[in-house]
Amino acid sequence: MDFLFIIQQSLSSAIGVNTIIFALAAIGLNMHFGYTGLLNFGQAGFLAVGAYTTAVLVVSFDFSLWAALGMSVLASVLFALLLGVPTLRLRADYLAIVTIAAAEIVRQIARSATFNDTLGGSDGITGKFGKAYFDLNPFTEGLETPILRFSPNDLWVVITGWLLVAAVLGFMWLIVNSPWGRVLKAIREDEEAVRSIGKNVYLYKMQSLILGGVIGSFGGAVYALSRQSVQPDNYSTFLTFFAYTVLILGGAARVFSPVIGSIIFWFLLVFVEQVLRQAVEQNYIPDWLINANQVSQVRFMLVGLGLMLLMVFRPQGIFGDKKELALDARA
Amino acid sequence: MHAPNSTYAAEAKKALVALDPRPGVDKPDPIIVAEGIKRTFGGLTAVDVTKMQVQRHSITALIGPNGAGKTTLFNLLTGFDRAQSGSWTFNGNEISKTPPHKIARQGMVRTFQLTKSLYRLTVMDNMRLAATAQRGESIFLSPLRFVWGSQEKEITERAESLLERFKLIDKKDDFAAALSGGQRKLLEMARALMVNPEIVMLDEPMAGVNPALKQSLLGHIRSLRDDGMTVLFVEHDMDMVRDISDWVVVMAQGQIVAEGEPHEVMKDQAVIDAYLGAHHDMTLETEDR
Ligand SMILES: Nc1ncnc2c1ncn2[C@@H]1O[C@H](COP(=O)(O)OP(=O)(O)O)[C@@H](O)[C@H]1O
Ligand SMILES: [Mg+2]
Repeated sequence: MDFLFIIQQSLSSAIGVNTIIFALAAIGLNMHFGYTGLLNFGQAGFLAVGAYTTAVLVVSFDFSLWAALGMSVLASVLFALLLGVPTLRLRADYLAIVTIAAAEIVRQIARSATFNDTLGGSDGITGKFGKAYFDLNPFTEGLETPILRFSPNDLWVVITGWLLVAAVLGFMWLIVNSPWGRVLKAIREDEEAVRSIGKNVYLYKMQSLILGGVIGSFGGAVYALSRQSVQPDNYSTFLTFFAYTVLILGGAARVFSPVIGSIIFWFLLVFVEQVLRQAVEQNYIPDWLINANQVSQVRFMLVGLGLMLLMVFRPQGIFGDKKELALDARA
Repeated sequence: MHAPNSTYAAEAKKALVALDPRPGVDKPDPIIVAEGIKRTFGGLTAVDVTKMQVQRHSITALIGPNGAGKTTLFNLLTGFDRAQSGSWTFNGNEISKTPPHKIARQGMVRTFQLTKSLYRLTVMDNMRLAATAQRGESIFLSPLRFVWGSQEKEITERAESLLERFKLIDKKDDFAAALSGGQRKLLEMARALMVNPEIVMLDEPMAGVNPALKQSLLGHIRSLRDDGMTVLFVEHDMDMVRDISDWVVVMAQGQIVAEGEPHEVMKDQAVIDAYLGAHHDMTLETEDR
């Protein structure tokens, strides 16, 4: 086996573009679920709004990329209001139902034939809408080392992407460790108690939904820019559940844990895939058991199994504090 | 302990002793004035109170057998439940349509029969949370510690002195989940005081509290009045009620059936009837842990 290649691929994935996208999606969910107790099962919708607004405004409406990125923030704020206004006064499960449905509606609209001209139907949008961004790329050569390997464009996305993640984390750290963050955590524990001491719970839940949604939409913008394309089926519920996986893997209600979770998740996915692939190619694993076409499905099974074991033996996630945040503990 | 300031106690007694003890009687200086409150659940009338007033600076006990509607009345008055009809004022302001957080900010704060500690917050954070008008609670100012840091310090000092008084200071860095049932009751009361309320409404503050802690809770309730607050509380233990209340309101089947001074009201036939019908409920009463 070519271990160096496996390591190179896995490490490049661990700090790569997907890790950044899912870290942003999960940081947003951490705001919702980890700190406020809001069950948002439609994070994919926020990423889709971020990705599509960016791409469509540039491609079909001649916006500059920067204006389009600004509009994508605005669009995700509106999306959050749309979800929050009817549901946040109701019991927690209503938000869960509405968000999961709304994210699917967004995806179905995006892929519908009716809007084929602007949204591109099921093929989505491909084009050079990220040109203004890649024009700024100072790297003419990629990174080529034994343990890391990026194309020039990927290198640019990775560096700017991690800067964005760092900025978002810094901001998160400041606000969750403020009196504002304390109100959110209290809402997560017991809304009625928080009302009884004079806080407008609805307002705080709305702010949390908006903020976490906007952070998620950043992930969508990175998704679109990095590939110079958006495809509706990338924004299905699987994305939301991967983001939850990343969050819970790292440990909810810790500022940095979504990033750690995303790094581990994308390292493992690629590592398991590469090991399996080579094992199959070199006949360490017989064809009747797993063949080359099944590798990418089997890796999900194995990683899934690993996550189940983690939940059994360490329900608070890798960095969670067992006392504070075991998923199952309502003290 | 707290140096008792008997002026409020004496004034409340003096004001109340002159009253004609009948249900719904007007008080000379009422902080709460309620009329025609009705709440039904399906066919069941949980609360049907024609008139109720609470005297400012008094300790008023609300008693009545299980299911009489005491908790529902608390929920209605504090905005946690909506009445089918009725109106009530707090300090002269109509609040029957006001949401609960605004009622709390006006100075009317309640606790819950089943204690609502915020388990995965520390005791200190439970306290700090309850301070009102915090600059750092604005999403826009929250990242700017220099804007709210000094206020946070003041709040922490106030919280510490309250925790001191309620003998929870040693627990301030523990999660609220680590407290005993009785300590949680104390924490909930202390937290309510962080709001700087004018009236504190306590729903069964003694339920599930061990006898030693009960005595200190009684002391705390007295000291609230001595500090100028009004206390309205639900309690089942008649000895306690007799011991600390200035006035007693008795509910049965949603209605106020009697009112009066604690020693007098217990002799009232309507009260005896109400309790005889439901005596087993009284002794079975065990809430919380
Ligand atoms: N949410 C509710 N739904 C239906 N019935 C209720 C509800 N809350 C209270 N009740 C009923 O209203 C009556 C009064 O209850 P409650 O106010 O809790 O009494 P108390 O606090 O005096 O023991 C009881 O018969 C109770 O079963
Ligand atoms: Mg009750």
